[in-house]
Amino acid sequence: MSVEEIKELLIIKFGSEVILKEEVSGLQPALIIQADMIAAVCQELRDNEKTYFDLLACLTGIDYGIDENMFGVVYHLASIPFKTQLTLKVIKYYDRNTSQLPSFPSVAEVWRTAEWHEREAFDLVGIRFENHPDLRRILLPDDWDGYPLRKDYQAQEYYRGIKVD
Amino acid sequence: MENLQITNTTRYDKLIANAETHEMIINIGPQHPSTHGVLRLEVITDGEVVKEVIPHMGYLHRCFEKHAENLSYQQSIPFVDRMDYLASMNNSHAWVMGVERMLGIDKEIPKRIEYIRVLVCELNRIASHLVALGTYGIDIGAFTPFLWCFRDREHIMNMLEWASGSRLLYNYIWVGGLYYDLPVGFEERCKEFVDYFKPKMTELNALLTDNQIFIARTANVGVLPLDVAINYGCSGPMLRASGLKWDLRRIDEYSAYPELEFDIPVGKGNMGTTGDCWDRFKVRIDEIEQSTRIIEQCLERLQKDLKRTPDFDPRAKMPKKITPKAQDFYIRAENPRGELGYYFVTDGKSEIPKRVKARAPSFHNLSVISEISRGVLIADLIAIIGSIDIVLGEVDR
Repeated sequence: MSVEEIKELLIIKFGSEVILKEEVSGLQPALIIQADMIAAVCQELRDNEKTYFDLLACLTGIDYGIDENMFGVVYHLASIPFKTQLTLKVIKYYDRNTSQLPSFPSVAEVWRTAEWHEREAFDLVGIRFENHPDLRRILLPDDWDGYPLRKDYQAQEYYRGIKVD
Repeated sequence: MENLQITNTTRYDKLIANAETHEMIINIGPQHPSTHGVLRLEVITDGEVVKEVIPHMGYLHRCFEKHAENLSYQQSIPFVDRMDYLASMNNSHAWVMGVERMLGIDKEIPKRIEYIRVLVCELNRIASHLVALGTYGIDIGAFTPFLWCFRDREHIMNMLEWASGSRLLYNYIWVGGLYYDLPVGFEERCKEFVDYFKPKMTELNALLTDNQIFIARTANVGVLPLDVAINYGCSGPMLRASGLKWDLRRIDEYSAYPELEFDIPVGKGNMGTTGDCWDRFKVRIDEIEQSTRIIEQCLERLQKDLKRTPDFDPRAKMPKKITPKAQDFYIRAENPRGELGYYFVTDGKSEIPKRVKARAPSFHNLSVISEISRGVLIADLIAIIGSIDIVLGEVDR
């Protein structure tokens, strides 16, 4: 199925507000989905026998920069029987001065792959995933301060008495 | 108050808190030879039986993604090499392909360069699989295959050192070309190696693959059903052993692979159930054979119509300045361990990417371990870890 057909399918199922924007300029077209609906959209794309995206190849958490103040998650789906690929994105504005983390629905129920990927995005970018079964740090120590892949990240000076360089 | 606490706890906390009095929580690793690096497994056991496995990673985390946000594409290649340190060539090949496609120069790369890339990648794939097979033998208790595998791997290491100047981390494949052309006489020596190596695989099969003790330890152990494998994002030999013909060299048809003949081995459950440890081992054995076929075809082309000429410059197509236009791009390629992906976000102005994410195959293959090792014996858990063939440099990045 082409991106246009998938777009139509999603609009019929969820209404026209589900797709906020479409990026077609690059080599790989991407659909920007309304953040609250991403889990339902993913479930539909996986279960619908016309799309059948049974493999979540990659999930990336992104800090789009200090000026933009946007956080996003990018999903790379692949369908094994149809040999197709699809990119989905969700984006949210986020005020860096609040103590709350930017938050997106978890897709760990749809693909188990997402579980570790979302833990990684939480660990390194500082994105919270609602309804995630096991949201802990995965690569860094549990008592590490801050989220290293944020654009405004400052490493702590000492970690347990060891100088951080 | 109590309710609030329960909703805030993770599954991990619950597993530890709900362990029963007769159960024991033991740590395997991080410093244990059978964990193949610095992996810590927290295992809840009931006597000899494994109830739950909780992997803890990050001991080898080297902030690859943060480094990549501060380095140009060319400067990142040595870092990329260090992710899966047993298959450096394949790592840099995928990275370089991604950058070339973003620049739109992937069609201009000379055929000779593409063939050399495939040649060194397949050599590296054999070397990587030899480590996987040899160390798996050690995990199970067979010492000799390890020495044989490392003896043969040494020949590949020597050849790649001859071509690139280093034994393990090559920095050989560059954006738009290669560091150097192959040294004079490389093709002939490689051909000699292939002729030497083919009968060695028969010996290894007689010693290990068809060994009754080995089969008893691996057949019907750690069976990974296909739907679970796909749901957890497993790829490479792990996915193919579960019976699916899914090889990105054929699906995406990148580099010189469409012109080369090779088969995709899959697990058939010859010794037990499809997707067990023996199948994963066998798929790697068969892949070595296919890689040898690819190498022979590459050598033939490189010695005939793509022969080295005095004026051939492997750096001729290298761009002076690598500034892709603003875009997102996800590239995937078949590594010895599975689908290696890089996701680039570029802004079109600077020579460094805005964000890079590496999708490491071992990371996904490892995530399935708690699913397939529930209820096995501790000795079988060691067999399962070995059959996954993880490289912790890639899991932790």
